[in-house]
Amino acid sequence: MKADLPSPTDRGGRHGPPEPRTFGGGYDGQARPRMGFFTDTSVCIGCKACEVACKEWNLVPQDGPLTLSANSYDNTMALGANTWRHVAFVEQRRGEDGLRWLMSSDVCKHCSSAACLEVCPTGALFRTEFGTVVVQPDVCNGCGYCVPACPFGVIDRREEDGRAFKCTLCYDRLRDGLEPACATACPTDSIQFGELDELRARAERRVATLHDAGVGEARLYLEDEADGIGGAGAFFLLLDEPEVYGLPPDPVSTTRDLPTLWRAAAIAAGTLAAAVAGAFLGGRR
Amino acid sequence: MSRNGPAGSGPAPRRPEGSRKPGGAPGGQVRGSMVPEAEFRSYYGRPIIKEPVWTWEVPWYFFAGGLAGASAPLGLAARLSGNDRLARSAWAVSAAGVTVGVPLLASDLGRPERFLNMLRLFKVTSPLSVGSWLLATMGPAAVGGVVSDRFGIFPRLGRTAEVVAGVLGPALATYTGTLVADTAVPVWHEAGRELPFVFAGSAAASAGAAAVLLTPAADAGPARRLAVTGAALELGAAQAMERRLGELGEPYHQGPAGRLARLAKACTAAGAGLVALGGRRRAVAGAGAALVLAGSACERWAVYKAGFQSARDPKYVVGPQRARLQR
Repeated sequence: MKADLPSPTDRGGRHGPPEPRTFGGGYDGQARPRMGFFTDTSVCIGCKACEVACKEWNLVPQDGPLTLSANSYDNTMALGANTWRHVAFVEQRRGEDGLRWLMSSDVCKHCSSAACLEVCPTGALFRTEFGTVVVQPDVCNGCGYCVPACPFGVIDRREEDGRAFKCTLCYDRLRDGLEPACATACPTDSIQFGELDELRARAERRVATLHDAGVGEARLYLEDEADGIGGAGAFFLLLDEPEVYGLPPDPVSTTRDLPTLWRAAAIAAGTLAAAVAGAFLGGRR
Repeated sequence: MSRNGPAGSGPAPRRPEGSRKPGGAPGGQVRGSMVPEAEFRSYYGRPIIKEPVWTWEVPWYFFAGGLAGASAPLGLAARLSGNDRLARSAWAVSAAGVTVGVPLLASDLGRPERFLNMLRLFKVTSPLSVGSWLLATMGPAAVGGVVSDRFGIFPRLGRTAEVVAGVLGPALATYTGTLVADTAVPVWHEAGRELPFVFAGSAAASAGAAAVLLTPAADAGPARRLAVTGAALELGAAQAMERRLGELGEPYHQGPAGRLARLAKACTAAGAGLVALGGRRRAVAGAGAALVLAGSACERWAVYKAGFQSARDPKYVVGPQRARLQR
């Protein structure tokens, strides 16, 4: 397993000079290669250094009073406005002889087709020059539309603040040429940061290595650009079905169906107008 | 299904007494035409998507916006047909609806003082942006038309405003159906083709009913007919929606959403019957109109509550997605 892991100095983003490549266009030559995360859950040890580093760097407030969930070692339980990395702990019985633990550090997926960004009425959510999706806190008016729009339940409104918050993929650090805090803190390189194309190639190799080693259940999640969200900027290597980790098995960006939805609204509006006109056909009194 | 999971296609083994639900345990089933038999597993039964953060202002905004939106074409048609008494009632309701709707929409924001950020852009991918512009155009037009009519000032501008509001009104009444459908909430998204019709019917019914209450019976004929056809559309579209949703529509039969949906149907059907049969007897038609208004409000609340119930249970998210993958 170890052979395929990149060395700490060999992480993505440092693989030669970045090739300028536009994502979605319109960045006036400022576009950078699309950056993302590959989270290899097969080497996650559940240390939660990513959760802590994220909170420290981004000054994310406490989630609330400290409580114990009684669900394995996971007391964070979900991503939210104040949790931008979340480590899941899954305990599974394996046959008669034991238990296996699946640990996985979840994060905003920075979708290619990002429903949160598309439904945001103020333009507070935008696509950065790195292809990531970020909320501008000085623009967000807390309408909350992004919250139920996200197919992963990532973004949420900070109640005491009123605005929506989520992972920024450390936009500030990226602009200064640094890696995100979580990837920097990860001791096993379960969280790998880099150019998305490079990460995808690396992930393919890693799955092949695991399959060769007899770990047949290893599979990639959200790496495929043909999926319902157009592929994710943060994708995963999982050892079981996505829903076991609390992830949707086949997420689709809700705005994919928007042409159909708008057509229905237009026809319904026409029906309403026809109903009004019809009400006067029986006489105008 | 993984070889390690406790599931497979057969019934799940019973968990030992007192043991907590482990991750990957079967959490339930979604059955029906739309969602084939599917075992599903979840992470400690936790929701996958987030519940909306919206509060009571939102369903009341749907109601007020629908009332305002459907009253506008009623007022315009009454004006064009020379029924000025009915036109005055309908336009008063429309202006009142938008006047109540704006603060409702603003107070639901996490940062109400940034309400005007809604108009920073015009974004067709955001029904909330489109709706904000509709409200920002149609609202002043409806209010301006009433002011012009009441005070006899700028009559031509007033009539132009009535045309603008009357044309945009139906869109204001139906876009809210698309607004909730354009989310990841299964019971809303999967009903995206029917929801605008439910809202259109509900809006038409409420606009007709409100005008019946405010207009002498002799002039209220079109309003009575609109209340009845609107009620029929509301009931029919809600039925079509539940049929399409199949088992995903479970929230409409359970808990608060189920109670509200039943109440909405009962009020709307009874009210429409009274309005249709009562005719020019003002007391009977008035009682019917009040019931239709109550039914319309309950229908919006039922849809709103069903969304929360649907978001809370991961089976509604996982079931259809699993079925899609196995197809």
